[in-house]
Amino acid sequence: MSNPATHTHNVKKDDSMLRQKNMLSEYYRRVSFAHEEGKKVVYSFVPGNLTELFLTFDLVPVYPEINALQNGMRKVSARYIQTAEKIGHSEDVCTYVKCDIGMLLEGNKGPTGERIPEPDLLFLSYTGCFTFLKWFENLACHYGAPVALLHTPYQGDGTITQNMRDYMVRQLRDEIIPQLESISGKKFDEERLRSMLRLSAQAEEDLVAVLQSARLRPSPIDAYFGGVYYIGPIFTAFRGTQECVDYYAELRREIEERAAHGLGPVTPDGEMAEERYRLVVEGPPNWTSFRDFWKMFYDEGAVIVASTYTKVGGVYDTGFRHNPDDPLGTLADYCMGCYTNLNLPSRVNLLQRYIDEYQADGFLVNSIKSCNSFAAGELLMLRELEKRTGKPGGFIESDLVDPRYFSAANIKTRLESYLQMIEQKRKGKVH
Amino acid sequence: MSLQDSTGQLEEIIGYCESLYEDVDLQCVQRWKAAQPGRRALGFMPVYVARELIYAGGVLPVGLMGGGDQVEIIKGDAYYQSYICHIPRSTIEMALSQRLDCLDGLLCPSVCDVIRNFSGMWKLLFPDRLCRYVDLPQNFNPSIGGAYYRREMDLLMADLEALTGRRPTDEGVNRSIELYDRNRTLVEQLYRLRSDQPWLVPTIESYLLLRAGNVVPVEEHNQLLEGYLELAPRRTFRVMDNIRVLLVGSFCEQPPLGLIRTLEKAGCYIVDDDFVLVSRWLTRGIGAGADPVQRVCNAYLNASTFHSSKYEGNQPKRDLLLQRVAQVKADGVVFCAPSFCDPALLDQPIYMSTLDNGGIAYTAFKYAENTGQFQNIREQLGTFSDSIKLWSVQAAKEMH
Ligand code: SF4
Ligand code: SF4
Repeated sequence: MSNPATHTHNVKKDDSMLRQKNMLSEYYRRVSFAHEEGKKVVYSFVPGNLTELFLTFDLVPVYPEINALQNGMRKVSARYIQTAEKIGHSEDVCTYVKCDIGMLLEGNKGPTGERIPEPDLLFLSYTGCFTFLKWFENLACHYGAPVALLHTPYQGDGTITQNMRDYMVRQLRDEIIPQLESISGKKFDEERLRSMLRLSAQAEEDLVAVLQSARLRPSPIDAYFGGVYYIGPIFTAFRGTQECVDYYAELRREIEERAAHGLGPVTPDGEMAEERYRLVVEGPPNWTSFRDFWKMFYDEGAVIVASTYTKVGGVYDTGFRHNPDDPLGTLADYCMGCYTNLNLPSRVNLLQRYIDEYQADGFLVNSIKSCNSFAAGELLMLRELEKRTGKPGGFIESDLVDPRYFSAANIKTRLESYLQMIEQKRKGKVH
Repeated sequence: MSLQDSTGQLEEIIGYCESLYEDVDLQCVQRWKAAQPGRRALGFMPVYVARELIYAGGVLPVGLMGGGDQVEIIKGDAYYQSYICHIPRSTIEMALSQRLDCLDGLLCPSVCDVIRNFSGMWKLLFPDRLCRYVDLPQNFNPSIGGAYYRREMDLLMADLEALTGRRPTDEGVNRSIELYDRNRTLVEQLYRLRSDQPWLVPTIESYLLLRAGNVVPVEEHNQLLEGYLELAPRRTFRVMDNIRVLLVGSFCEQPPLGLIRTLEKAGCYIVDDDFVLVSRWLTRGIGAGADPVQRVCNAYLNASTFHSSKYEGNQPKRDLLLQRVAQVKADGVVFCAPSFCDPALLDQPIYMSTLDNGGIAYTAFKYAENTGQFQNIREQLGTFSDSIKLWSVQAAKEMH
């Protein structure tokens, strides 16, 4: 996942940024040449991804969501979406899917311009979103590739029951692992998985420290716009690797240093000088105008101190760490614990906790037109949070990768009036 | 019985079903509950729940399919953005306006993220009322998905026990299975009659009959179906020069009645559809016997129909669609899905390319449950129907 900050020339790049950039380039190189190098390619999703398991089998993971968001940032998603709509995809559905299918129809050139190889396996780890199911059924038709389905039960009652866990473990043990063995031609090596999970937990520890640094005033990070950059390696192809551990250790050192000097976050437009507003954000960002979007906040001195989007690939800040002593059980717990696999009351509780712990002035929902998984229910979440915290809630609407649904003027106006509301509240004018 | 008598009785049956359809306050459920102290009712959202188990517990399963065009949305819009389908907002509206107060709880089966999140909204809004998300397994292996589902159904049995104070017995479950098996047979007969002689069974009638099954006890629904099936074949309706179509995509939010009428007026016999799918989800009977709860689970694993919310596994749904087209001898397919319905709409490109390859005509449009204007749809379908007729004339000429 690349960060707009890496595209700017005005801002000094931290070592961790350069490290991440190199990691990504190398990753995309590995993806492009996977078949030439005799490797098998497995497509999967960020929420509930089982990167360690894939790497145990030396499979090369590809995440179509990441390709879609990168294509959004590179401003080619609009064309891809239209290409998909030409073959019958409705304008009403998830634009990630359409962006991916459009890319496929136009030759599968990935974010680096290299061709993304066809999947040897579609690993449908179906966590927190029904659309994943439809997405890979569509891809299965286009590619004719086999599908491995891992059904992750939803935390409908806000808990993970033993039955849910057993179901997941049985699927992994009796179906998924044999399928991975057969695709890769390798026997499952549980020890290798355990050692990767150990590395995962180390990186997770550092990631949490980075995210929780936003409790400080001023916050040394932006936990939404900057946050998407921080989660990149651990949410995708690197969890369970030494590279990942090194990246997060370095990132943590840098952030701790910023914090020690009382510095605010680095943004593409420069360092945030004065922290005027501390906000919590629910919902994914818009990618097609990511930098403009971020700048709107930067211009107002608004820092995002916590976000839920940075938990889609794993909620670590409530204590979960991959546990090498129970490899399959921990993978099950990981999948079931991802943010969009939590029910609405749990999502509200988490947001409430963020608002309190991070001493936020308010919270903002960026509701995504094409994402039912996030968006359905967000208006009620907003009300509920206002009721519980007494803090003002704001609501803006955009889309992930369809620029037709990003209205900069509209969002800016809404954001400004929302921040005014916070201001008035501070002055005691709004009760 | 004279023809007039049977026509009158048919009208009576359909009129009764229509009154149930219009009963958005669920007065029929209130009456059923009032008739005997201690009766309970459990609402469920589309598409499938094991009604056999619910009813065995002495609880009336009540299928909720939104407010159609009859419920004015006053509060519901404040809960949903404009780009989310309509059914959850009308259901919230009904709940907030006390129309669903006669329900002692709600089941939300795993159909899509909207219904999934709806279960959480219900929990937030009505914390004291039972609400369970029913995560139907997508793994159909008996020792994996089957074992999981069985334990989930045991949980449902415990919920029923908590509601009524008594656990459903095996005899009770078997009795309920028999009633629902009979119901399935009757519904299949209805669909067969409609497919064989569509002029005898207007879609609007079969639709209203099916909808009645959402709110009345299964015994009563069986009687309605039996009555209809006895009387409808005696009709002497004129056979129209309509094309035969299979309708796909209307399994959750429902088209308004006006739209269903329009479809037929536009020159289409709808010979199969996916309305009120709960009554046709299982493609065969369950059969009473030992360990009836397990039999219900096995039926889900082995006899579920293909559907947008169900993983297709090694049975590609595109093949199953083609089979269905052939089975009901459809001339074409009408994709008729609610706006913003991810599961239905994301299946369409797969189906469309399959139909293209098979040389089968199709057309597609979207609706909302409260759509009021059907002129465009009527014109679109009229053109579709004319073009199919024209092709068949041409094809016939070419053969000579
Ligand atoms: S619906 Fe939302 S969570 Fe699901 S694939 Fe689309 S963007 Fe991702
Ligand atoms: S209409 Fe479609 S998207 Fe809406 S609740 Fe029903 S299945 Fe879900």
